[in-house]
Amino acid sequence: MSQFAEYAICLLLLTGGAFTLIGAIGLARLPDFYTRLHGPTKATTVGVGAIMLSSVIYFSSRDGSIGISEILVTVFLFMTAPVSANILAKAAMHMGVRTVENTQGKPWDQ
Amino acid sequence: MFDRLSFPQPWLSLILFVIWQFLSDGVSGASVVLGLILAWSIPQMTQAFWPERPTFFKSWRMPAYLMRVIFDIVVASFQVAKLILSPRKPRPMFVAYPLELEQPLAITILASTISLTPGTVSVDVSDDNKILLVHALDAENGDDVIDAIRTRYEKPLLEMFE
Repeated sequence: MSQFAEYAICLLLLTGGAFTLIGAIGLARLPDFYTRLHGPTKATTVGVGAIMLSSVIYFSSRDGSIGISEILVTVFLFMTAPVSANILAKAAMHMGVRTVENTQGKPWDQ
Repeated sequence: MFDRLSFPQPWLSLILFVIWQFLSDGVSGASVVLGLILAWSIPQMTQAFWPERPTFFKSWRMPAYLMRVIFDIVVASFQVAKLILSPRKPRPMFVAYPLELEQPLAITILASTISLTPGTVSVDVSDDNKILLVHALDAENGDDVIDAIRTRYEKPLLEMFE
């Protein structure tokens, strides 16, 4: 494996790890349900993306072929993450989860 | 009778078949057979969820749109990370976004984009598909959020689907 690939993998893994950690910190620190939803679905988008990219680089520099399955995993993740976030938010809205005081605007009932 | 044996959405079937070949470890007899079964059964099972077929859209504009979304995800992730780590409290806000898009598939893509880009989650779409409720993590006023979504994401989608 070339030196360049190794540095790239290290950098991507560290970036991915840092963003995933920040997402987890956000989950603990943010004040209400809706804001907490942003932590894990968002910061982790980049986190998982970076980790997947490092995996692609690792396997393609080791085997000499591009790891299509990793790319597919990333694509599926990016397609399903917004759906689950949306369902969580919708469920919270229907249950009338309380929002933090300085929230502007209101969820609606219908 | 023959309905049950057909491929209601040929493109979806083809994509599923190709994806299955990539996911399984090399193309073999087993992966082709299983790929065919999946390509037939998944569109059959999900057919009820497509009340009307999405009309053809200008798919060559998709890559440029995806590049923009990926770029935005990276930029906005740093903003959200900074906000999470800073001691300042976020200023969350519900924004009712008036939709210009009309097709369900286009609205789904827009809502997913909004949810993927950090700082905003789409919460609900009104029953008449006119208003999208968006939750912003940190916003000063709602008009800025609406303007940003309108110019960056909805305009290109409108061009794609008109």
